[in-house]
Amino acid sequence: MPELINNGDIQTDHWVYLEKSDEPEKQTVPDGKVLIPLSTWLAQSDRLTGRIGADFGIWFDSDEEPETLGEAVRQFAVVGVNFPKFADGRGYSIARLLRERYGFTGDLRAIGDVLLDQLFYMKRCGFSSFALRPDRSAETALTGLATFQEVYQSATDQPAPLFRRRA
Amino acid sequence: MYKYDSYDHQIIKDRVNQFKDQTRRYFAGELSEEEFLPLRLQNGLYVQRLAPMLRIAIPYGMLNAAQLRRLARISRDYDKGYAHFTTRQNLQLNWPSIKDAPQILAELAEVEMHAVQTSGNCIRNVTSDQFAGVTPEEMVDPRPYCEIVRQWSTFHPEFAFLPRKFKIAVNACPDSDRAAIHVHDIGLQIVKNADGDLGFKVLVGGGLGRTPMIGAVIREFLPEQDLLTYLEAILRVYNRYGRRDNKYKARIKILVKALSAEGFAEKVEAEWEHLKDTPNRLTQKEIDRVKQHFVPPDYEDITDSSMLQNQLAENTYFSNWYSRNVAPHKRQGYSIVTLTLKKLGVPPGDASARQLDQLADLTEEFSFGEARVTHEQNIVLADVPQDKLFELWQRIKPMGFATPVLGTLNDIICCPGGDYCSLANAKSIPVAEAIQAKFDDLDYVYDIGELDLNISGCMNACGHHHVGNIGVLGVDKKGEEWYQVSLGGDSGQKASIGKILGPSFARNEMPEVIEKLLTVYVEQRHEDELFLDTYRRIGLKPFKERVYAGTH
Ligand code: SF4
Repeated sequence: MPELINNGDIQTDHWVYLEKSDEPEKQTVPDGKVLIPLSTWLAQSDRLTGRIGADFGIWFDSDEEPETLGEAVRQFAVVGVNFPKFADGRGYSIARLLRERYGFTGDLRAIGDVLLDQLFYMKRCGFSSFALRPDRSAETALTGLATFQEVYQSATDQPAPLFRRRA
Repeated sequence: MYKYDSYDHQIIKDRVNQFKDQTRRYFAGELSEEEFLPLRLQNGLYVQRLAPMLRIAIPYGMLNAAQLRRLARISRDYDKGYAHFTTRQNLQLNWPSIKDAPQILAELAEVEMHAVQTSGNCIRNVTSDQFAGVTPEEMVDPRPYCEIVRQWSTFHPEFAFLPRKFKIAVNACPDSDRAAIHVHDIGLQIVKNADGDLGFKVLVGGGLGRTPMIGAVIREFLPEQDLLTYLEAILRVYNRYGRRDNKYKARIKILVKALSAEGFAEKVEAEWEHLKDTPNRLTQKEIDRVKQHFVPPDYEDITDSSMLQNQLAENTYFSNWYSRNVAPHKRQGYSIVTLTLKKLGVPPGDASARQLDQLADLTEEFSFGEARVTHEQNIVLADVPQDKLFELWQRIKPMGFATPVLGTLNDIICCPGGDYCSLANAKSIPVAEAIQAKFDDLDYVYDIGELDLNISGCMNACGHHHVGNIGVLGVDKKGEEWYQVSLGGDSGQKASIGKILGPSFARNEMPEVIEKLLTVYVEQRHEDELFLDTYRRIGLKPFKERVYAGTH
């Protein structure tokens, strides 16, 4: 089973991450824990509003814009941001915008090509859970969350930059 | 110069341990080649034609004696006993092994050095004027702002996977620009507004490479406290909208061009509206704290310059060197001295371990224990008392640091090229050497005067050929090495990109081509005109006609 790091715990990942569809208005959304593509949500939101809750959420792809939903993102309990390749860094900006500009306080999940060596930066940008690539050990990955004891910049996890905290 | 406190030490130490673990996992097969690549790049380690190379950051060019000695030791212990100063105020080791890299980084950390973000698609080492803090030309010392930017960009969590590499340069001189801010992704010019407040003129989208461009001003005045929030806005717009589908179109200059400078500026301003009043806004306290690290050393009062005047009058060799390699200082009785790493027979920018040790000694004896590296690949001693100049000159002559060619035809900027670099189309060092050998008559070189001759081995333009008054670019023609010449480039305040002269040349033709170009200049120049001035007045045509005369 794939694993999920959630707030520092390792869990079995029971979520379904629904792929994007060419016909989002016709895509079937399965029961159970599911994150659906933003496009599917936009096409079917009338029908799916009832699903909103702890077991349902949407995900943004790296070329999609948080501005599309704005503060409406707050209605979800879980929101995913996809990293199609680990070298595609747009998801970091998307995450910060969701958290810092649009006030999303639910579970923000990194999905896709998520690797140990990105976790620290992801956490700093507001991610709270990480759907690891299935071929990676979550145990090892956990260490990635604690790489640095101190940081220079302000980010989602620490709004005060070091220069405002320096003793 | 900036001194680490416990926070800075901790951050670099954590980085060393992180990389040690990454290297271990790579050798244990837990990290694929592809995954390890960006990790090692962000630690300055990249693999070239012959071996891995390690690029060590020299933040805005500052080095002290302890660091020079440590670099000497590292190049002896882990390399072949020499190191290469690059055109971006970095130092490269050409033959370390990947296995040793974590240990090298640990030894660098002990002297407050690192290789953080010297490679990879992230914010690179910030660069500045090698005369910062000592030149009378500057408005203020730019180094505190460089250090503030260095800290902000170090391990910035949002901008570690940008579309492409990202370079920032800072200049504080109104009338000169040794930092080449017009050809950086972001160029910051320190200015004062009408009220006398300090701030920055912000340029974006300059760059060399295959689409050379001069940066566009997107803001005439940015108050100093807003520096980081504004940089963050620029980087965020770039991170989100810069092209990722084509590596050759991924630099910010392409985005700026696509949106137009005004369109790009609008996006940045809109983003900045959200960011400008966050805790990331700089405090006066922080600016003052960092400035404390750059206070002037304990200068002595030196008012009597008669000794120097006598020495200059008595010794023409000394006065030649003085007029080319010594620059005026803010403080009376002191001088800025540039030591040249451009000796015939040695690749430009190369320094042996022994030379690094010698440099360390020289900094202690003559310049308060500090030195700077320049993007022209030379070394600067910034605070030399004038009554010690003669002694210094005598000391450095046998070391090969006193070639009095600074700023001339023989002060060639040259990338490592085909001898070392796997991306090269052609060798660059032999071209530089052939030109230096041809023009070994110093009187002629002085008569030609100030001239930037820059050589790159390929389109990546590490030798900054586009901004050379004469630029030379290695090109590949059916598997053979050829050289394309351009004229009229300039990296100063009136920055311009050179124009291609015409069809390219074989390597053995190059010295003669340069000679013809210079002859046109000598024939046509007005009094007091530098090569660039004459070129700007008469244009490309006369040069072209001379060089290609008799060919078809
Ligand atoms: S310009 Fe080309 S050949 Fe020269 S160092 Fe850069 S990449 Fe290598």
